[in-house]
Amino acid sequence: MKITLAHGSGGASTKELIEQIFAASYNNPVLDMMEDSAVVDGSKKIAITTDSFVVDPIFFKGGNIGRLAVCGTVNDLLMRGATPKYITSAFIIEEGADTKDLKLIAAAMAQAAKEAGVYIVAGDTKVINGNGGIYINTSGVGFIDGPDFCSSRCKEDDVIIVSGSMGDHHAAILSHRMGIKNDIVSDVAPLCEMVLALKNKGIEVHAMRDVTRGGLGTVLNELADASKTCFELEEDKIPVNEQVRSFVKLLGLNIMHMGNEGKLVAVVAKKDANEALRIIRESKYGENAAIIGSVTSGDGVVMKTAIGGKKKVGILIGEGLPRIC
Amino acid sequence: MDKFSEIVDFLKNYDGKPVTLMEVCGTHTASIVENGIEDMLSDKIELITGPGCPVCVTVSAYIDRLCSLAKEENTCVCSFGDMIRVPSKNGCLRDAEAQGGRVMMLYSPLELIEIAKKEPQTQFVFAAVGFETTTPLYALLLDEIIKQDIKNIKLLTALKTMPKVIDKVLSASGKITGMIAPGHVSVITGSDIFKESAEKFGIPFVVAGFEGKQLLAAIWALVKLQNKGVVKNLYPEVVKESRNENSYALTEKYFEPCSAAWRGLGIIEGSGLKIKDEYARFDAGSGDLFEDYALNGCSCGQVIAGLKRPEECPLFAKVCTPSSPVGACMVSHEGSCFNHYLAKGK
Repeated sequence: MKITLAHGSGGASTKELIEQIFAASYNNPVLDMMEDSAVVDGSKKIAITTDSFVVDPIFFKGGNIGRLAVCGTVNDLLMRGATPKYITSAFIIEEGADTKDLKLIAAAMAQAAKEAGVYIVAGDTKVINGNGGIYINTSGVGFIDGPDFCSSRCKEDDVIIVSGSMGDHHAAILSHRMGIKNDIVSDVAPLCEMVLALKNKGIEVHAMRDVTRGGLGTVLNELADASKTCFELEEDKIPVNEQVRSFVKLLGLNIMHMGNEGKLVAVVAKKDANEALRIIRESKYGENAAIIGSVTSGDGVVMKTAIGGKKKVGILIGEGLPRIC
Repeated sequence: MDKFSEIVDFLKNYDGKPVTLMEVCGTHTASIVENGIEDMLSDKIELITGPGCPVCVTVSAYIDRLCSLAKEENTCVCSFGDMIRVPSKNGCLRDAEAQGGRVMMLYSPLELIEIAKKEPQTQFVFAAVGFETTTPLYALLLDEIIKQDIKNIKLLTALKTMPKVIDKVLSASGKITGMIAPGHVSVITGSDIFKESAEKFGIPFVVAGFEGKQLLAAIWALVKLQNKGVVKNLYPEVVKESRNENSYALTEKYFEPCSAAWRGLGIIEGSGLKIKDEYARFDAGSGDLFEDYALNGCSCGQVIAGLKRPEECPLFAKVCTPSSPVGACMVSHEGSCFNHYLAKGK
């Protein structure tokens, strides 16, 4: 069935759409009450985040916009040391979208929410003029017990760990857009298992960020700026999938500015570094984790290149366009 | 010690006569920064960037013409990415788009075929810039346009060729003691094309690949070959001594040599390619686009000619940054200023 403006009217069609697709997929005791707002148990300290998802294409190798919308928000909560609890889901749908697609998206959201241990407790659906586009906003709440993580807490001698290969999501989306056939799969995933394991095992994590838009280079510069330290990296320690590496090279892109949707960078106390690496490697989505460098005095991000040179790593500038000759 | 360690050691500790090497190709420029190569060289070895980035060497008159075409009714200007942000007197193509013009970024000229077929009422103009490596793609595009009888695609050309511009740069500079010859271009032209310049100026030319190790080997070879007017090919897996005849045949079917205007270097006779008269119907008005002015003190012209380092431009990293570029060299991902900016880690 195609979505029409009537599906956003607030009347019978809207009710049908919500009941048949969203409520049916997300069902949980809070949402099932179908009240104007969700009433949930609280915590002394909570983390709140919101994010909108406008990815094109909506379906890509390794996931879809729905999985992305849950994972993105869940991961943002985790990065502050919070345990994700509740998320909301607001759809803006252009008329002409197919309910078959919406069902797949809602199912992916439900599956990711289940994996992450969160309830989707509130939602909204609007339909606008357009050409079948689907956009999702998710907001999330997480509870913090124990220490939270904060960018400004990175200290000299801390160790920098990434949870896996860089650039996979970005390369998968770009391949799709450019019609390039390869086996690159998006890494979109909720990182609960590894983050909560680090917390539960008492690892001294100072800061944590998910490596999304802007890539590792941008994220590490933000951490270095916030903590007034220098991040020193070793290029050949940074995990990169070989196909992604070739793809990036072919297009003249920079792996340090390629985004992921299921990878994090953790800055941990030196004494706990090896244990932290072991925990991440043993967790789902963390098998290729690696220690890529350490925090020193100074500023910015410096990389020892694979051939032994040294360079500064900057933040992403512009859009990362392919070379022309 | 293996050969690579020997090279690394030699370049770091070199204490002979100062050496100034120019890399002509923009991809080499980017690779030098990516690999942190300047950090691996002794102070006696200086690297400077030459006129090998097609976006950087394009003059302002060409950008102005693209912008005005973009604003014409039922017209769409198509371009590779970097060109869209190169500023001129009246802004860049992106600005033309904001003023109601139509601009489309493409990854390959051949993508345009299907796009143009779907919109027969629109005149598409491809911003055809590039060197010997890119020109055959435009020839293929023209081949397809003719074969499929497509009426709504034209090219605005600013095509350049080696090696005349290298002679011009060497004469103007006077301090360059070796050339890292352009790798991609050499695949098409063959390495022999640089022989005459090497002999005339008595300096070595080394054809190099794009990996960090290949570049270090090229720099090492150039230091070892100082004062010798020779060409050495360190990229033999893809570069031959003689030119690629198939590629030239394709190019020569549609294009012929012409004088070309280079940013900062003026008009150099026989250093460009234009569409042959018999195919003039595919030309969107590329003739006489020679005007070359610098915006507000921008030194791109001198940077391209190797006369100034990016840091010597008063605008560099102050008013001119990749987010807000004043000159083409700060826009292009292969530009000297952009890469020097990256190297500073700003």
